[in-house]
Amino acid sequence: MFYREAGQYKTSYAADMAVFPLRQDRIALGLIIAAAYALALSNDFMLQAVLIPFLVFSLAAIGLNILTGYAGLLSLGTGGFMGVGAYACYKLTTAFPGVNILIWILASGLFSAGVGVLFGLPSLRIKGFYLAVATLAAQFFLQWCFNRVPWLYNYNVSGAIEAPLRTLFGHPIVGPAATPQTRYLILLTLVILLTAVVSNLVRGRIGRAWMAVRDMDIAAELIGIKLLSTKLLAFAVSSYLCGVAGALMVFLWYGSAEYTVFDINQSFNVLFMVIIGGLGSLIGSFLGAAFISILPTLLKFGLPALGVPIEAATAEHLTAIMVGALIILFLIVEPHGLARLWQIGKQKLRVWPFPY
Amino acid sequence: MSLRSLGLTAAAAFLVGAAAPAMAQDSIYVPMNTYRTGPIAGSGVHVADGMRDYITLLNERDGGIGGAKITYEECETGYDTKKSVECYELQKSKGSVIYSPWSTGATLAAIPRAAADKIPILSMAYGLSASADGNVFPWVFNPPATYWDGASVFIKHVAEKEGGLDKLKGKKIGLIHLDAPFGKEPIPLLEKLAKEYGFELKLYPVAAQDMQNQGSVWLNIRRDRTDWLYNQGWGAMNPTAVKEAIKAGFPTGKLVGVWWAGGDDDARGGGEQGKGYKALSFNLAGTDFPVIKEIQKHVVEKGLSKAPREKVGEMLYNRGVYNAMLIAEAIRNAQAISGKKVVTGEDVRAGLESLNITEARLKELGMEGFASPVKVTCEDHNGHHKLFVAEWDGSKWTKGSDWTDPMKELVRPLLVQDAKDYAEKNAGWPKRNESCAKSS
Repeated sequence: MFYREAGQYKTSYAADMAVFPLRQDRIALGLIIAAAYALALSNDFMLQAVLIPFLVFSLAAIGLNILTGYAGLLSLGTGGFMGVGAYACYKLTTAFPGVNILIWILASGLFSAGVGVLFGLPSLRIKGFYLAVATLAAQFFLQWCFNRVPWLYNYNVSGAIEAPLRTLFGHPIVGPAATPQTRYLILLTLVILLTAVVSNLVRGRIGRAWMAVRDMDIAAELIGIKLLSTKLLAFAVSSYLCGVAGALMVFLWYGSAEYTVFDINQSFNVLFMVIIGGLGSLIGSFLGAAFISILPTLLKFGLPALGVPIEAATAEHLTAIMVGALIILFLIVEPHGLARLWQIGKQKLRVWPFPY
Repeated sequence: MSLRSLGLTAAAAFLVGAAAPAMAQDSIYVPMNTYRTGPIAGSGVHVADGMRDYITLLNERDGGIGGAKITYEECETGYDTKKSVECYELQKSKGSVIYSPWSTGATLAAIPRAAADKIPILSMAYGLSASADGNVFPWVFNPPATYWDGASVFIKHVAEKEGGLDKLKGKKIGLIHLDAPFGKEPIPLLEKLAKEYGFELKLYPVAAQDMQNQGSVWLNIRRDRTDWLYNQGWGAMNPTAVKEAIKAGFPTGKLVGVWWAGGDDDARGGGEQGKGYKALSFNLAGTDFPVIKEIQKHVVEKGLSKAPREKVGEMLYNRGVYNAMLIAEAIRNAQAISGKKVVTGEDVRAGLESLNITEARLKELGMEGFASPVKVTCEDHNGHHKLFVAEWDGSKWTKGSDWTDPMKELVRPLLVQDAKDYAEKNAGWPKRNESCAKSS
């Protein structure tokens, strides 16, 4: 009744090709973004343990979704690529402390993109599981570098990288003095900007080329898509986003990180987000990140906060069981991920209250 | 109640619950990070049980500390940095007075925050060794010893068995270590000692994913004919090392672990032949101490403990008790200094900084012979206290050597240099402006 396009006439090509052609969608999106900014008012725990991780993982999931969901290239190197971004950002900001950290966070993704392209080269010859193994090599190699090349962490005695104090207009945004509120707002803005860029990218020529390669690369080649550049571009864009997510993770969330943060488990985590959220969908990346990142935290701390008298360790076990069961449930109910559920919900809403 | 309203209620209650400080008027909130789950739960469960039981003992027997009840809460981390950060935030929102990270990653993440959040960190003989320098890290404490102290006591032990420090010349001393910052920590000190005493240092790194797959490492050890081995390992790496040592025919008596390689289950990994395996320690195992007897009487017998009876008094359990004792003494000290019953994080920082647990105080605590005295000063947040070598007799840990002083004169300058480096590399590291706390 409220959610339909009746009466909304498109009078220009631009209107016809808008990302959100429906007025209701635009309003809802505006409300969601406004609400996201308003959430900066919630308490430190909510920001630091729920919202900031969610945004960081959303960006990483979008990155992997470009590669796996849109271009059909399976990767297990996400953790490593995130690490490249984080370590690159650390090296850059310690070598050139005068340049604003936001510039370095965005630039660090370029290093990650370069590494991604390098490890993406085998994708021209191999596909599917075999490619997954090649990217697994990237994961192990990069992790080894983070541990074994002391230059990367400036010969730091702790063997870890630490976020130094960095300011924007005299206001601390990175480092221990930065409040969670500030860090959240910066992170939110960056994620919104990058998501907007990506959503336009995947709708255009490049995105269509990726999808063509995903669906059948021989057919794509026959209609004139160059596999080399298309696949490597997918690796570059994907690694760029993952790298930025990694830099954000260390500089706006953890504040310091050992190499173990970027281990294979991180790669699997992001892969699960993409699979559960929905391959080839941006909203799915957000839903998947929420599912894998927020749900365990809510369950673990939510149950005792509700007054359920359970021990911390039991809550942890229960969380693992419940999340596991929910993953299976969702995959049975909708194998195409949460994004598909979202889409079905929207379709139902359009015909409500008179379904046919 | 419909499903939806139930969900909404749950969400609302969660938000309220997370925000509202869960503190009664005259109680002190002492949270503890634990890892009863995850890949190294095998060690974490015993430590957590020990900490929990000692605090329970204080609440049950003495009604808390100085008349203030201790609100003890565990937060499960699974030894995972992400979950540790969540725990830190939750504890901060509830007004914690001390942070026990219980993982190197969590310690490193919390160190820069401590001064800003005004919550002191007690990383008992783990974490960042350089944080022993109180001038650079006023909010971080890591008594009773650093990994470098441990390595120096190991070398002293080798010298003692070989007949003097001059006998080390030409010996091959190996370090089998986890290939992570924690495992690599003793390397610079051992290198320095190798130069000084003329022994050859061999390094045997074990990658984190190969903790239970050390076959090739031990082939190398056999080929090199290493004389002594120091094991800087953690978790599943330790029982595997003991097992592999036996398989490779390496004398278990010449394999010495750091204190985190000294769990009962680690030594049991070797089975019958594991007898003679050694590990450094700063607390004794066993139940022959008044404090453990009290715990058995007031906590275990009343069914308030989560530990199985036979695990009470094991090495790691007692280490948990020791950690809880440090916290309790710091709070008691903080109460004495501030004159308040319910102390804050800043008070506890002062309490830790002027901590002085003498032999007499240990006796009062029922810990005579259980641990060596601990003294922390404003400059020295570690103290570099005495350690001993524990020896596995096939079923339990025994005291295999006297309390030995580490080579403090060697370790301290290196630490101070490292702390300086840390502050320099983290440009903008705050200068210490906390005044030096004097014990009352």
